[in-house]
Amino acid sequence: MNWINNVVRPKIRGLLQKRDVPENLWIKCPETGEMVFHRDLEANQWVVPNSGHHMRISGSRRLELFFDDGSFEKVKTPEVVADPLKFRDEKRYTDRLRDARAKTGLDDAVTVATGKLRGMDMTAAVQDFAFMGGSLGMAAGEAVLTGMQTAVARKTPFVLFVASGGARMQEGILSLMQMPRTTVGVQMLRDAGLPYIVVFTNPTTGGVTASYAMLGDVHMAEPGALIGFAGPRVIEQTIREKLPEGFQRSEYLLDHGMVDMVVHRHKLPETIARVCSILMKAEVSLPDEEELMTPPREEGEAKVSPELAQGGEASSAAESGTREADGESR
Amino acid sequence: MHSFLEFEKPVADLQGKVHELRSVAGSGEAVEVSGEIERLEKKAEQTLRDLYSRLTPWQKTLVARHPDRPHAADYITGLIEDFTPLAGDRSYAEDAAIIAGIGRFRGRSVAILGQEKGADTQSRLKHNFGMARPEGYRKAVRIMQMAERFSLPVVSFVDTAGAYPGIGAEERGQAEAIARSTDACLALGTANIAVIIGEGGSGGAIAIATANHVAMLEHAIYSVISPEAGASILWRDSARAQDAATNMKITAQDLIQLKVIDEIVEEPLGGAHRAKAIVIDRAGGAIDKALARFDGMSGAEIRAHRRDKFLAIGRSL
Repeated sequence: MNWINNVVRPKIRGLLQKRDVPENLWIKCPETGEMVFHRDLEANQWVVPNSGHHMRISGSRRLELFFDDGSFEKVKTPEVVADPLKFRDEKRYTDRLRDARAKTGLDDAVTVATGKLRGMDMTAAVQDFAFMGGSLGMAAGEAVLTGMQTAVARKTPFVLFVASGGARMQEGILSLMQMPRTTVGVQMLRDAGLPYIVVFTNPTTGGVTASYAMLGDVHMAEPGALIGFAGPRVIEQTIREKLPEGFQRSEYLLDHGMVDMVVHRHKLPETIARVCSILMKAEVSLPDEEELMTPPREEGEAKVSPELAQGGEASSAAESGTREADGESR
Repeated sequence: MHSFLEFEKPVADLQGKVHELRSVAGSGEAVEVSGEIERLEKKAEQTLRDLYSRLTPWQKTLVARHPDRPHAADYITGLIEDFTPLAGDRSYAEDAAIIAGIGRFRGRSVAILGQEKGADTQSRLKHNFGMARPEGYRKAVRIMQMAERFSLPVVSFVDTAGAYPGIGAEERGQAEAIARSTDACLALGTANIAVIIGEGGSGGAIAIATANHVAMLEHAIYSVISPEAGASILWRDSARAQDAATNMKITAQDLIQLKVIDEIVEEPLGGAHRAKAIVIDRAGGAIDKALARFDGMSGAEIRAHRRDKFLAIGRSL
């Protein structure tokens, strides 16, 4: 009896709740405060329909939206030594890793995948901010390198969706070493004459910006993404002034010559396909210009994936994100 | 005299006593003190030796930042003949946080990069405390590319708390400038040698420290983030800087174990600031030996050596 009451019932209740909660979930637009039904958000690729605010999106969803028919194959990335420094702050690093893995279902921050984009062979990687702030440690560095080397082996362009608070401090200097290591990968792409497209998503700061993210052939940024070297808080503390409005946002970087274009999430696949097809001198089945200019059609994106872990966490992740982004790299 | 660090107080006390006794002896009073002076001096030296043989990572941080520690400009003066500084990134400004130029090192023509913190208030301001802005890194790229055109090896002296975090620096692409500088190091077809002489602070350091051979002074530090900033993120308390310094493994002794650096240059007793000429000469010896290893290698071989070296980091821990 007790066993049924204490163990079975809560489990059943837990199962029911898991299904219930997301369906009733309303998410607040961080820009306007408007409440949006999570299904509408999901259907709109986590772009708030009215304000156009680009919310965080999971890496796997990102890859689904990028590759033709949402189909791609993950590339196995090398295993690395776990916790090389035996690091402990308020928590053990190994515990933080375990929690991050449980929370995200990922091994580490970077996922590499191959597939087709508008019929063109393509290699892509995505950095998941939900995994310890997308921080760059040995595993992520190896994964970025793997992605670049896979692109070289397959003779495809390499597209990298970046998002990161910077270095993984719990790996100390070995994290810093990922900056030159990934730069070697960029040079391999360059030597092979393959396009390297970087898509900046919110936020990208620290050692990631100061290495492979700023070395693309073409830089695209999602609207409103925070992109910089030092985080805003560090700068404010250093100069003791309020930062100007829009500082370190995508549009600011466009104005200052650091990115080539700011691209709406719905337009990314087409834009990337167009750029890559021109650089690769390849024919691809691009939608015509008129179609590109009209708002994306709903039905194409309306399939709702069953596991919607993202939305509820978005705001708290954003807060912790700012903290992690701020601290990195001086 | 040197300014003492707090943990050096026992040495300071002993040397203070020696000083007192000397003045007593000098005043002509008929007391036999020379034996006592000798004993105290020996004791002071032994204390210093003991202290410096087991510096904690935090104490090393303080030594690495010691105001009297020799800076890049001292190494350049001590080691480079005909040093000719070159200024400017050719697109926006001159950044004195990184000294760049050409000269002769023990008979070879070389290009030099050095992060300079400055030695007094005026020069510290001029060099922005060794914290470079994008222009500094762009100047470094320019010098490296020129070095390659003239087949000159590049020697960098690394000593920075980090790249400068400011509005202007962000506006002009600090991240891009650092990335390009690391990229230029890796693309360089001539040998480059980096010596971490004080603080190797994060991306601001790696931008000129991505080298075929990385030497580090015995009490220098090299770190992904300063202990203070690391503490404020990891413990949300910058007062935990000592813990951060310890846990992040920032000392030369840790980094050689992790195979991140190639060599440790021994410092004189009590740290580089107690005998500048000695440490500068030792650094010169290390640079000379390292450069000789790349004589006769082609540009492609030198590049491959550097790439393979960095790719190997972390793979065999």
